[in-house]
Amino acid sequence: MSDVIRKFTRNVPHWRPRVTPVDLATATPEQLDALKVTPSNTKVSEYVLTLAHDVESLAVRSPLFNAIMYDTGGLSRAERELGALGASMVNHCVYCAAVHAMRHAQIEKSTEVTNRLFRDGADAELEPRDRAIFDFAVALSECPSQAGPDHVAALQEAGLDAAEVLDLILSAALFGWANRLMHVLGDPVRQETAMG
Amino acid sequence: MAPDTTATRFAGVAAGTSAADAVAGRAKIFEMTQAAEDAVLRPKDAGAWPHTLRAALAARIAALNEEHDLAAHFAADAGADATLADPAQGGAVPVMAAVVAFMDRVAADTRHVTADDVKDLQAAGVADADIVRLAELNAFLAYQIRVIAGLRLMGGMPA
Repeated sequence: MSDVIRKFTRNVPHWRPRVTPVDLATATPEQLDALKVTPSNTKVSEYVLTLAHDVESLAVRSPLFNAIMYDTGGLSRAERELGALGASMVNHCVYCAAVHAMRHAQIEKSTEVTNRLFRDGADAELEPRDRAIFDFAVALSECPSQAGPDHVAALQEAGLDAAEVLDLILSAALFGWANRLMHVLGDPVRQETAMG
Repeated sequence: MAPDTTATRFAGVAAGTSAADAVAGRAKIFEMTQAAEDAVLRPKDAGAWPHTLRAALAARIAALNEEHDLAAHFAADAGADATLADPAQGGAVPVMAAVVAFMDRVAADTRHVTADDVKDLQAAGVADADIVRLAELNAFLAYQIRVIAGLRLMGGMPA
C-alpha cells in the first residue's frame, strides 16, 4: 500500500496493525491489568492492544524492556539506543528504527550519527566507539548471529568493559524481539493517513 | 551470584568470569528473561498452540540459528509435534504448513516479512490472537538466542 513507509526516518510513523487489536470494551480482567488501564488512564496504543492478545507475554515483557533500556549503570543510554538501532536496521523495522534513532538524537542532542546511518547505511562513517558498538549489534542481529571474537575484541579496544558489553548484547537482542512484533504485526504509515 | 537460567546455562557462563560478574549485576533482567520464556512456552492460556507444539517451534528456531544444544533442549518437550523441530520438515496439514512457513520467515528473514505473511495465516484459518501468540514465541526466541550467542562470546573476555 502506498501509505506504508519503507525508508528509514527519524519521524516516528503511526503503527497500523495487520490483525485486529483487543477491544478495550470486551477485554478480560487479566488484559486490563496488563494494559494498566485505570479509570484515569484509558489511552492505550493499538500496538499494546494488539499485544494484549498474548497477555502473559505482554505482562512480563514491559518491565524487562524498561530494565534493559533504562536501568542505571553500565552502557550509556545513547549507546543502548545505538544497539537497538543496529538490530532494527538489520531487520528493516522502520518503526523501531525511527523511535530509537529519534531517542539517540535527543540524548546526544545531535542528529549527526543517525543522519549518517540513514543516509549511508550500515557502512556509514562513525567514530571508533560507535563503530564497534554498531557493528556488534548488526552482526548479532543476523540469523544465525555473525558476531565473533573480533567484534568483542573491537568493543574492548574501544573501551567497553564487561558490564557495558552485556548491556549492548541485551539491547541489541531485545530489538530482535521488538522488531519481530512491530515489523511483523503491523505497518509503519504516515501520521496524516492515520489521522484522516 | 549469576542466576541459573536457560540463557546462562546454554551460553556456558562459568563462575568467577567477567561474564558471570556482569550477569550478576543484571540478575533481575535474567530472572525476567526466564519468566518470559515460561510465558511463551508454558502459558496458562495457550490458545491454539499446546506446549508440545511451542517446544517444537522453539527448537526449530534454535536450529535455524545453529544453536543445536538449545534446540535439543526444547525438542525434548515436543512430544507428538517433534517432527516440526526439524527445519527440514514442513507441516503435514495446511494450517501447520502455514504456521511453519511463517515462523521460519519471521525467525530467519525478518526484514522481508510483509502483510501477506500475516494474510496467509489468516487464510489458513489462524485467529488473530493466535497469530500474536506465534509472533511472541518467535520474537522471544530471537532475543534469548542472541543473549546466549553474545554471552558465549563474553566467555573469551579477561576476568
